[in-house]
Amino acid sequence: MAIALQINGETHTVDTEPETPLLWVLRDNIGLTGTKFGCGIAQCGVCTVHLDGQAVKSCAIPVSAAVGRRITTIEGLTAKGQLHPVQAAWIEAGVPQCGYCQSGQIMAAAALLARRRNPSDQEIDAAMSGNLCRCGTYLRIRQGIRRAAALMQTE
Amino acid sequence: MTQTTISRRAFIQTSVAAGGGLLLGFHVPGADAASVEAHPWKTPTDGVEINAWLTIDRNGVVTVRVPHTEMGQGALTSVAMMIAEELNVDWSKIQAVFADPNRHLTRGREYKVMTTHGSQLVRLQHPHIMQAGASARERLKAAAAQAWRVDRSAVEAKLGVLKSGKRSGTYAEFATAAAAIQLPTEPAIKTPDQWWLLGQSKQRLDIPRKVDGSAAFAIDTRLPGMVYAAVKCCPVPWGKLKSFSFDAVKQRPGVIAAIELKAVPGKTAFSDMQNGVAIVADTWYRAKTALDLMPIEWDFGPAAQSSTESQWAEARKLLEQPGEVSNATGANAIEMIGAGGKVIAAEYHRPWETHARMEPINATVSVTDSRVDVWSPTQDQSLALTLAADQTGRDVKDVFVHTVFLGGGFGGGGGGNTAVTRQAAELSRQLKRPVKVVWSREEDINHDKQRPPNMTAFKALLGDKGLPSAWFTRSVWFTQDGMPRIGAAHADYSIGNMPYKVPNRHHERHNGKTHIPTATHRAPGAGQHGFMTESFVDEVAIAGGWNPLDWRIEMTKGMDDWQRVLLTLKEKSGFRTDLPRGEGMGIGIVESHGSIAAACATVTVSRRGALHVEKLVIVVDSGHVINPLGGIEQCEGSAAWELSHAWVGGLDLKEGRFTNTNFDTYNLLRIDQMPQVDVHFALSGGSKWGGLGEPAGPPVPPAVANAIFYATGKRIRSTPFRSHDLSWS
Repeated sequence: MAIALQINGETHTVDTEPETPLLWVLRDNIGLTGTKFGCGIAQCGVCTVHLDGQAVKSCAIPVSAAVGRRITTIEGLTAKGQLHPVQAAWIEAGVPQCGYCQSGQIMAAAALLARRRNPSDQEIDAAMSGNLCRCGTYLRIRQGIRRAAALMQTE
Repeated sequence: MTQTTISRRAFIQTSVAAGGGLLLGFHVPGADAASVEAHPWKTPTDGVEINAWLTIDRNGVVTVRVPHTEMGQGALTSVAMMIAEELNVDWSKIQAVFADPNRHLTRGREYKVMTTHGSQLVRLQHPHIMQAGASARERLKAAAAQAWRVDRSAVEAKLGVLKSGKRSGTYAEFATAAAAIQLPTEPAIKTPDQWWLLGQSKQRLDIPRKVDGSAAFAIDTRLPGMVYAAVKCCPVPWGKLKSFSFDAVKQRPGVIAAIELKAVPGKTAFSDMQNGVAIVADTWYRAKTALDLMPIEWDFGPAAQSSTESQWAEARKLLEQPGEVSNATGANAIEMIGAGGKVIAAEYHRPWETHARMEPINATVSVTDSRVDVWSPTQDQSLALTLAADQTGRDVKDVFVHTVFLGGGFGGGGGGNTAVTRQAAELSRQLKRPVKVVWSREEDINHDKQRPPNMTAFKALLGDKGLPSAWFTRSVWFTQDGMPRIGAAHADYSIGNMPYKVPNRHHERHNGKTHIPTATHRAPGAGQHGFMTESFVDEVAIAGGWNPLDWRIEMTKGMDDWQRVLLTLKEKSGFRTDLPRGEGMGIGIVESHGSIAAACATVTVSRRGALHVEKLVIVVDSGHVINPLGGIEQCEGSAAWELSHAWVGGLDLKEGRFTNTNFDTYNLLRIDQMPQVDVHFALSGGSKWGGLGEPAGPPVPPAVANAIFYATGKRIRSTPFRSHDLSWS
């Protein structure tokens, strides 16, 4: 069936079953491949996107549940060519290694900082513990979030 | 005529992107080609090829072609740095692209080595990579010398400018002439004291691409007319497919075909296909859903009897029998230990582990009448190329492998070292259209090439001063069908070649048999045995009344590199054994990949047994470091890799198959478990060149286990730590 979605400020109409996870609509139907597939059971976080500003695991959200809501993917985090502070901080701190999980990490971090301007180390660990990184960049993820928080204070 | 890997369109796209504020121009031809279509890569018109490794364009921008894969370990940056060092060009004028594997294979292995493994890139390949830069520099100088009628030695090449007396010109001006020059003899590469760039920290070139979703991985490949396949092989590896009922699912939306995949009898090596079935559909989720719903019957075969328990029973039986002797030094250690005295004995074992790259195993192949194109997350593009050629019956000259970013490597080679490239090639050959095969996480974990489990029995006899006078070890190392390919060397690593000066040594190994396909994982051998040897060393040291750090310093006397690392660890870590109950520090030191790495862990364990790893101090001697920042990142990552397995990992085998095949049951280290990591280099320099992609991992598990001992009094002899009761009172 035809389903209309608001993704990164644009309307997309896709023809798919309503139970299809949002992840696969983004990747295969629309071609937004910055959002990744990792586990399919909401355990690794590489598929993290924002739904109305909240970080969600898109592999576990049926596309029908995203109708009428603002969907933001990693491609939409960069506004008018301007990197989001989390992205800028990620470059400064040199966070990514292989990079595969980093779209999800960045989306989770951006959602955290949207609700907590200056999170504690415990809050960072709690908010990010659903996002796996096999390269072990966790130290730099923490640094990146602290740096992004600082960048956002001065904005 | 020059040939490079950059499509014209990719070049234009990235030139535009580079105007968007990126400090360093950077583009990824395979990735960009993936978003257009499968056609031969075009030659850029405005760069002159000096040699296979580099081009110089009219603005003096040097494009370095990197034959290795980038999995976040810094291949693009390291190779570009080595070329820039020799070429004497400003770092901001350098960009990196992936070299063309087809060119490599069809022109006599022009890049010498295209695989990327064993922490080898810098330590083993730097001579020929730096040679390529040095040769280009000297040819530019020779071109200027000819034009100016001076001797080449009178020409200076610095920061992209050639100079002799009052004459000067840019590299770009002389690039065309340089390309035609033959040097009478190739120049020597620079020695470390001559470096102006190497040894400085440079941020990796691939990072900006990895924060905005634009970095393309093999799994992101999209081609016109492409279809998607989900595959399922026999849950018990090498079992047979009895039947499947496509009729039950063929009416489902988007479903195109069901295709049986067949193992070739007798072909059970590294990358060969197993029996299975694929469902092909217009999206992957439709294919996967139909596959999950399709009735399939398997013949699991005799391997369905095996389990973790049966495997350890088999190992214990082997440990009772003499194995293959790979180290016998001094008097007969077995007899000495058998004669009695103070003997310390212990058995250690480690379970199966899986790569679990965050990018699930996948490949995309397009087979047409004229050519075959492959996108595969492989650490060995030449292997992916020959696999696709073999499966489709085509000549290698007609097969093109597009190098893309790898969503993790860790020694497993992703698509190259698994059957997925063959699967995609076979499906595309039959369907005559591009096919992307993606393994579900469950398929990925169950059918990856696993890290072998192993078990070792240790015995040491204490002699004078409480130090060991005899040391006897016997190991069992499981490999598929006992194939020694992976077994032989790795089964001895960090056990048979333990550095400590015990006068009488004896090591034997057994190659245990399993039906599970096995392969290398990050720090193979050292990863498993580092924990065993270095934990047992603590047992022996403590039994002899020694401080474990002093014991290691004593037992490596006269070995300068080991002494330097241990003394640096002592200084940086403040290791001590007198912390209050519930707190502990522990150490480990392991040599692998040409480097010596030591770790000191600080842990706390609650009375109820909750482990918290607070800090790791890592000290490494890799001889030299060309990019300290990149080296530190790799040490942090290696530490997390081994800590993950040792603390929370472990695959369980039951009825011939793994039972924990997704991240709800196969655990990986999470951010709230990650300790602080401080990395220090204690470099010996000289002719030593060690790797940095793996060595910092192996000393971490024993450091943590030894710290747990000091915190709780409990000696941990197997992993994962989470399966042990660490409570104390």
